Order: sequence, then C-alpha cells, then structure tokens
Amino acid sequence: MLEIKNLHARIAEDGTEIIRGLDLTVKAGEVAAIMGPNGSGKSTLSYILSGREDYEVTEGDILYNGESILELDPSERAAKGIFLAFQYPVEIPGVATMQFLKVAMNEQRKYRGEDELTTPEFMRRVKEAAAELKIAPEMLRRPLNVGFSGGEKKRAEILQMALLEPKLCVLDETDSGLDIDALKVVADGVNALRSPDRAVVVITHYQRLLDYIVPDTVHVLYKGQIVKSGDKTLAHELEAKGYADIIEAAA
Amino acid sequence: MPAVQETIDQVRQIDVDQYKYGFETTIEMDKAPKGLSEDIIRLISEKKNEPEWMLEWRLEAYRRWLTMDEPSWARVRYPKIDFNEIHYYAAPKGTTGPKSLDEVDPELLKVYEKLGIPLKEQEILAGVEKTKIAVDAVFDSVSVVTTFKEELKKAGVIFMSISEAMREHPDLVRKYLGTVVPQSDNFYATLNSAVFTDGSFVYVPKGVRCPMELSTYFRINERNTGQFERTLIIADEGAYVSYLEGCTAPQRDENQLHAAVVELIALDDAEIKYSTVQNWYPGDKHGKGGIYNFVTKRGDCRGKNSKISWTQVETGSAITWKYPSCILRGDGSRGEFYSIAVSNGHQQVDSGTKMIHLGKNTSSRIISKGIAAGVSDNTYRGQVSAHRKAENARNFTQCDSLLIGDKCGAHTVPYIEAKNSTAQFEHEATTSKISEDQLFYCLQRGIPEEQAIALIVNGFVKEVIQELPMEFAVEAQKLIGISLEGSVG
Ligand SMILES: Nc1ncnc2c1ncn2[C@@H]1O[C@H](COP(=O)(O)OP(=O)(O)OP(=O)(O)O)[C@@H](O)[C@H]1O
Ligand SMILES: [Mg+2]
Repeated sequence: MLEIKNLHARIAEDGTEIIRGLDLTVKAGEVAAIMGPNGSGKSTLSYILSGREDYEVTEGDILYNGESILELDPSERAAKGIFLAFQYPVEIPGVATMQFLKVAMNEQRKYRGEDELTTPEFMRRVKEAAAELKIAPEMLRRPLNVGFSGGEKKRAEILQMALLEPKLCVLDETDSGLDIDALKVVADGVNALRSPDRAVVVITHYQRLLDYIVPDTVHVLYKGQIVKSGDKTLAHELEAKGYADIIEAAA
Repeated sequence: MPAVQETIDQVRQIDVDQYKYGFETTIEMDKAPKGLSEDIIRLISEKKNEPEWMLEWRLEAYRRWLTMDEPSWARVRYPKIDFNEIHYYAAPKGTTGPKSLDEVDPELLKVYEKLGIPLKEQEILAGVEKTKIAVDAVFDSVSVVTTFKEELKKAGVIFMSISEAMREHPDLVRKYLGTVVPQSDNFYATLNSAVFTDGSFVYVPKGVRCPMELSTYFRINERNTGQFERTLIIADEGAYVSYLEGCTAPQRDENQLHAAVVELIALDDAEIKYSTVQNWYPGDKHGKGGIYNFVTKRGDCRGKNSKISWTQVETGSAITWKYPSCILRGDGSRGEFYSIAVSNGHQQVDSGTKMIHLGKNTSSRIISKGIAAGVSDNTYRGQVSAHRKAENARNFTQCDSLLIGDKCGAHTVPYIEAKNSTAQFEHEATTSKISEDQLFYCLQRGIPEEQAIALIVNGFVKEVIQELPMEFAVEAQKLIGISLEGSVG
C-alpha cells in the first residue's frame, strides 16, 4: 500500500535536510509502528506523506497503491484515503466540530464523485462514531479543538478518522496526553478500523499503546533514516534497553 | 487534476471576477440629462410630484453642498469624481412610482427573479417553510414595487417608497426627515439631501411588533447613473421592526457613485434592527470599475430604553466609506454594531461606527471583523464618546482583522473620548493571519484550499453572522466564500 523509496527531504525555507534516505514499506492490512528519539524526523515524515508544502522532496519517491503521490495536493491525498492524526491538533475557532466533519466528509465524497451525505445520514454516522469513542454530543457543537483538553483533542482526531474511513492511517503520538481509560477507548477505536484493505502507521514512544494496538512490524527512525526494523518484540527490546545500542550500531 | 476541477478552473479563468450579479438589463429608461443644477433638482422633484416644501429643502441642501469640500480623511484613494458627468435621475419608462405587482414591467420582475429576490407575493406564500419578507424594490432612481403592503397596513405598519410617503404621509415625513442626518451633515449626505431619488419609508406605530421582516433591494442598472437613496425608519413607542437591505449592480468598466442616507429613529422602548448585505460590483481584478459607496447611516435612540442594532456584511464596492452610528440620547438606550467587511482584489474599505453616549445608563457594543485579501486595504474607524451628562456609559469594542496573503493591509483607528468619569469603555483589537497550520489541517482532511479559507473565515466572523436573520445568514456565508475566491495562490 505504501512504499517509500530512498526518500530525501528538506525544509523548503532553509534547506535543512531532515529525511535522509528513508526506506519503508507498509502492506495493506498491516499495522506498522515507528519509534525513535525526539527530533529524529517522525512527525516530519508524516507531514511529507500528507503533502505539507513546507518540505521539499529532493530525492526518492513515495508510492501509494503503486502510484507516486509527490505531485498531489494535500487535499487530493486526503481524498484518496491518506489520513494523519496530528501530534498537535490545530484549533479552528468559530467552526463547530460537527460542521467541520460535514464539510470534510462531503468534500472528500465530491472529489471521489459521490453524492453528498443527507443530513440525517450524516447525523446518524456522527452519533454512532462519537458514542463508540465516548465523545459527548455537546463537544461536537463546540468549535473544533478550541479549548479541548489534550485527551479530547486526540479523541476528536480518531473520530475524524473513523468518519472519513481512510485507507492509510498515520497516527502521530496519539497516545500522548491520554489517561489510561482514554488510551483504551482510542486503541479500541483504531482496532475497530483494522481491516485487510487498510494500513495503519503508529508513531509512538511507548510500548503501552502497542500493548493495545499490536503492531505487525516495528521500525526505528533515527536522523531521518530507518535504522532497524523488526516485529513486535523489537518494541519490547526498546522499552527495556532504550535506543543507545541501535544508534551505536547504525553509526 | 480531475476533469471536474479542470472545468471549474477554465470557467474561472474566463470569468475572473466571479461577480454573478454583473448582468445588465435593457429596459427603456427615462433619464435626466447629465449634470447637477437647480433645474435638475426641480426636475427630480417634479417627476416625483413632491410638495413644495420638499423642493425647498432640496434646494437648500444643494446650495449648501456647493460650498462644501469632499472629505479626505478616510484611508481611500480614487480619482476626483466629476459630479457633472452623472445622471441624477433614471427610471424605467412609465414608472413614476410603485404600482401593484400585475402592473410592473415583466422585464423588471425578471431582473429581481434573476437576483433571487421574491417579489411575487403568491410565490412567497407558496413556499410554506419560508418566512414572509416584504420587499421594496428600487431600480436606479425609483421604487418599482413594494410587496405585502396590504397585510402590513392591517397591522398599522407603513412600508412604502419614500416618494410615495411624501405624498401620502407628508406630516410624518416632514416631522422626521433630516432630524438624524441633517442636510448639512457631510458632503455626501448633503448631496443626497439635494438629489435623493427614492428609498424606503417605514413607520411602525406605538406598541406594534412588525409582523414580518421588511427589506429593500437596491439595483443600479443604468450607466453613469448615481444612486442616491434615502431611507427613513421610525419605530414609535414600544414598537419593533427588523429591516434588511441588499444591493447589487452590473459589471461595468467605469465607476458609479452610490451615496445613500439612512435615518433610524427609535422612540421610548422601541427597537430597530437594521441588517445590510452590501454586494455592489467591486471592480475587476485589475481594479477597473466598481461602485464608490459613500454612505451615511445613523440611528437615533431618541426615547428611553430604546435600542438600535446595525449588522452589516460588506463584500462589494470598489470603495466603501460607511459608518453606521448610534446616538444614544434616551436614558438606558442601547446601540449595537456588528460588522463583517471583506476586501479582495483592489477594493478599499474604510468603515466602522460611532457610538455617541448622551443619556444616562446607555450602553453600546461593537464587534467588527475585517478580512483583507489580494492587494486590498481594510480600515476600521470607530468613535466611542460619552458626553458630560452620560452617567454610567458602557461600551465594549472588539475589533478583529484577518489577513489573507501579504499584499493586503488592515488598519484599526479607534477614537475614544469620555467626558464623564463614570464611563467604562473597553477596547480589544487583534490582527491575525490564517495560519499555515490551520490551512494544512483543513487540507489534510480533504478540504480544498478555497473551501478551507471560506470555512476558516466563516468561523472568524461567526459572532456577527449569528446576528443576521436566518435567510440572510446563509446568503452572507456563501457571499463571503465567493468574495474570497481567487484570494490565494
Ligand atoms: N519547519 C521546520 N522548521 C525548522 N525545523 C524543523 C521543521 N520541521 C522539522 N524541523 C526539525 O526537524 C527535526 C525533526 O522534527 P520532527 O518533529 O519530525 O521530530 P519527531 O521525531 O517527530 O520528534 P518528537 O518525538 O519530539 O515528536 C527536529 O530537529 C525539528 O526541529
Ligand atoms: Mg513528533
């Protein structure tokens, strides 16, 4: 589903290279975890996948379902099924969460040549998904992410993911800021979306999340490269020993 | 790029201005020769069958105007206007005033139909879920029709064109006209006093809550014609009325002048809510053409505990010079000003309000949202003052500007003056840009850039949109989206 080949990317403004020859393949149905020390380029990778203009790809390619997506706008990539749950969700003042959801869902449908959802159908879907994630209907009337607690913001991200039904889900530290119960709710939400035609990339620092969302593969990102890959046991190893050994071996 | 998007883009390139009201209608017109003189004023007065005192009033204003200079303090630039190159009177042939609906030229009805303004009462009634709105349609210099007059009459509400009111209710007109915006008020208001051609008149009697929304729809159609309308609204003791105003004009290369005067009078315990969606032609993307909009709007809270509320959505005009104000004369009276001013392309907006606190325990609230895109300039200019006797005057002002791109400008010019030490005035101002983070977040959810900007901007102006009557709110939101199309990339 996702093939990243020898990707090099830099900050457009000052030319600093952040991603330095990164290779990664994620198959449909797979859950891949990406771990790595602070500042190693995990969030940057997620932005580049979703097409943020602040970064420039200088070498390599990103294939999504066998086709390069480098020329696509962020909104086109999204409509094609790439979803990013942000590490720091952004506040949109004055725009009710409900309204935002409706616009996003319908714009994606429009792009794919589908009819707009009727209001009752939209309401039904939102209510159902919100209930699953234990999100109070009251919250849906508030402006998106404005004044939401850290945990509420993360839950709202997963709600959007559930409703937009993407094919490639990238979760950037969705576990940070969640209490234990919320972590369970969010993980259940993600697990419910696992399916043979959907891939999930989980960026995290902690084994705790991976206890709930059990990954098929684990990759260590360091200085803009994947320096080690393995199965779920790699995450346990990192939890016990930290990154020192791997970094040393890679250097 | 998908085929659909490609088509949209192609259409866009052809129609750069996207001003969907830019069509012109060919209707036989009765026009005064270009230029301004006492004879022209006599001609206007005669065409309108006015009483003698009205003509005298106009001539007095004209003589005054000849001694005045165009104001230059606003932050707008435009070539000198040649006031002798304008037609001061233009009316569809055979219309001296409003008629009943079946007498109105079907071509004219079509214009309003095309604009989405319901003039046929039956049709309005047929749409069950729609709320009733009475409309006064002004085409260039004359009112062509006023709907629901009979029904309003039953409630005692007078709603008709001001020319008609002058003939049918001369005492009321004479008593109130020019008492809020005097003939000598300012250059444009004085010009208007001399040459105003039509506009609406509303009188809501004591204790009456007007049973439906009233609205006037202004359309400038003729070339080189100025529109000088005059609106006068009086809410007698304990009365309530909500009034809407809409405006459009065809797309033209030359600039056209619009200099209106609106006077509102609220007596004891009365309330007037005045909403405007101004969508005059803004000019093309090179700044050619567009309406010069120099408007004087003022409300007088004459009675105790009266209330006047202005809500405006300004998206059109090449130049906007407009400061709907409130004189808080009655004790306990309240003034409100809610404004959204959008400027794109080469538009220049200098707009705001004045809240003049004269009575005791008066309060006012100002919420202004300015959005500047393209190479436009957007200025908020506001004055809040408390006079010596205005015990406990209260004002809250919030003035937010949003910039799209880096070639536009937003400016805030507040004047605050309290001559009574018990006054409490609060002023908050912010200027922001649509952040890259917000935009990227929306894009990542599959919302294309223009829709994303419209969404963020509509969030930014929500507090004001909420003040608009339902039907207008939806329209206004769409209009803001359209006005900002092409504002990025
Ligand atoms: N737009 C930018 N401008 C300047 N520096 C940037 C920018 N984007 C990323 N960086 C830098 O690139 C490096 C990688 O950042 P990134 O946010 O991808 O790290 P991360 O692996 O997600 O870290 P964390 O675990 O703390 O979330 C950091 O040093 C960061 O400061
Ligand atoms: Mg990060």
